[in-house]
Amino acid sequence: METLIEFLSFKYANIKYVVFGTVLLSISSSIVGCFTFIKKKSLVGDVVSHAVLPGICLAFIASGSKNPFLLIIGAFVSGWISILVMDHITRNTKIKEDTATGLSLSVFFGIGILLMTYIQHSGNASQSGLDTFLFGKAAALVGQDLIAFSVIAFIVLVIVLLFFKEFKLISFDPGYAEVIGLPIKRLEILLTSITVLAVVTGIQAVGVVLMAAMLITPASAARFWTNQLHKMIFLAALFGAFSGFAGAFISYTAPSMPTGPWMVMILSIIAIFSFFFAPRKGILIRQFRRFAIRRQLLEENLLKVFYRIGENSGNYYAQVGETDLRLIRNFSSKQLTQGLKKLRQSGYIDKDQKHWFLTKDGYEKGKRITKLHRLWELYLTKYLRIAPDHVHEDADTIEHVITPELESQLEELLDYPTADPHSSVIPQ
Amino acid sequence: MSNSSTIFQANDPALEVHDLTVSYEKRPVLWGIDFTIPQGALCGIIGPNGAGKSTLIKAVMNLIEINSGYVKIFDKELDNVRSQVSYVPQRESVDWDFPASVLDIVLMGRYSRLGLFKNPRKADKEAAMKALEMVGMDAYAKRQISQLSGGQQQRVFLARALTQEADIYLMDEPFAGVDAATEKAIVDILKKLTNEGKTIIVVHHDLQSVETYFDWVLLLNLRLVASGPMKQVFTPTLLEETYGGKLTLLTEVGDLVKKGEFKAREKQ
Repeated sequence: METLIEFLSFKYANIKYVVFGTVLLSISSSIVGCFTFIKKKSLVGDVVSHAVLPGICLAFIASGSKNPFLLIIGAFVSGWISILVMDHITRNTKIKEDTATGLSLSVFFGIGILLMTYIQHSGNASQSGLDTFLFGKAAALVGQDLIAFSVIAFIVLVIVLLFFKEFKLISFDPGYAEVIGLPIKRLEILLTSITVLAVVTGIQAVGVVLMAAMLITPASAARFWTNQLHKMIFLAALFGAFSGFAGAFISYTAPSMPTGPWMVMILSIIAIFSFFFAPRKGILIRQFRRFAIRRQLLEENLLKVFYRIGENSGNYYAQVGETDLRLIRNFSSKQLTQGLKKLRQSGYIDKDQKHWFLTKDGYEKGKRITKLHRLWELYLTKYLRIAPDHVHEDADTIEHVITPELESQLEELLDYPTADPHSSVIPQ
Repeated sequence: MSNSSTIFQANDPALEVHDLTVSYEKRPVLWGIDFTIPQGALCGIIGPNGAGKSTLIKAVMNLIEINSGYVKIFDKELDNVRSQVSYVPQRESVDWDFPASVLDIVLMGRYSRLGLFKNPRKADKEAAMKALEMVGMDAYAKRQISQLSGGQQQRVFLARALTQEADIYLMDEPFAGVDAATEKAIVDILKKLTNEGKTIIVVHHDLQSVETYFDWVLLLNLRLVASGPMKQVFTPTLLEETYGGKLTLLTEVGDLVKKGEFKAREKQ
């Protein structure tokens, strides 16, 4: 706690630069990442981040300095060229998009490494530190970087705010956008430009290789939580900002820990958490729902068997042993123990020494399930022309699904029948 | 058979396509298409698979490059009449898992009149709701689009086009994969629109329903076989010509053009 307070007090100017720098750049990359994500261009970020390297090197060779603005311009230009190359290859050759993506990524990165090696051996004293672009240097951000990041984050934010609805439309249905007269080419150029800008700044923190994660992970995590684009962008930005802050904090408390990779780690944790726990879409919730349905099936099947035994004996509240239940339907002993216990808790059945019997509620419920089963069997034979000996399995599933509304519709449709295709009585 | 007798011209047409040639992946798929469609027509573009029906619509909407010819809508270039033109693309052309609600999508029909930097206002939302009501989807306005059935998706696209309040509508297979009830609902809306004087052009597959749906028919198979009032054009002979014997010669020439990477039309 004390460390957090000390950290937040920004006692050292350096910390301020690192925190604000990482937060700003993760916000910008998260926001543009949402658009690359929904446009299904997730790999574009990877290509651009690798392709900026030759631009950085050439800018350095030409100017002889590591001025961040010059390097960003160089990076921006070569990032853009890589996208044009990719587009050109897909449009004018037989090569498909995935291959074109791989090609331009590796060719540009190759040239970049080549130039960087040349620079490192050129004996130019000011070159040291240029290779931080490869792995990022989040923990070593300085005031000048912060200014550059702020400017870029501001540009990205303003452009997305101004052109939000246009970007949304060209991401969803570019053909329609063109037809209704949006300047689709210019919008695409604008969106690509801010993407390249965000990547160019981002790699300074996390490096070339991890940049794709900064772009895509917040968006894919946010997608789990919402179905609305503006909320998704807001959430992604929030996740990004948090990862920037936490990454900086972790490397502050443990100086041997790198900031950039930790930012990516934290984003990944958020994404995994979303993957499991997000409402509606999370794996865990879906698993839980499946589990609940299985339990419902077991309980309803048990009640149906109780009812059936009652039908056979003429006494619906008769005492029933586990073997009697098993004679009608093949329950495992684990299923029986769990199901009967649960039914007793819910008040559908009760126990007296070794025997079970239905309560009034249990009788009603068992009766309804049986009724639905038989109604559905009748419906299948009458309306789907399925043979009477083929309808039982279908009805076994559907009896658990039918709502009271559908039930009354069914009854009306079948003209309030009294017997199913096997001449069993349909209870009222 | 001389083509001139099967291609009827309209006075003061809503759509004029003049000598249009279009290639797809360097292979010519539409050869010298030339026709006019009168205002207020409910026109079906009919032809077998691969006849170039969708390509024709896309060429009219300037979504693909044309090799020769021109398109005029209300006697003007498309760029000058965009606000009067609406387009319903094929349902499969977009990803329905996109994070948006039904209302969001329908509101997109208002973007062009909103202009840049402006967000939809109350009036736009009302127009969108009205359009949704017309297609019977107003109860679904808040629904996430990934939860819609095929027929509902198609109705959402139709509603989006309706909010444009255009004068001419071009629709690419609006009945593909749609249930009978939806198809009927859509046809009723289209008929209502033509009664208001709007022109509607529909790419259509099902020959059974042509007579009841359309009053103007375009028969297409790489070349234009016929264009005119349904009664004069939708005849067994012309259908035979459209669907029957493939023009193998035309296909072979197309293959050669693609192979040699010739331009389908030399620039004059």
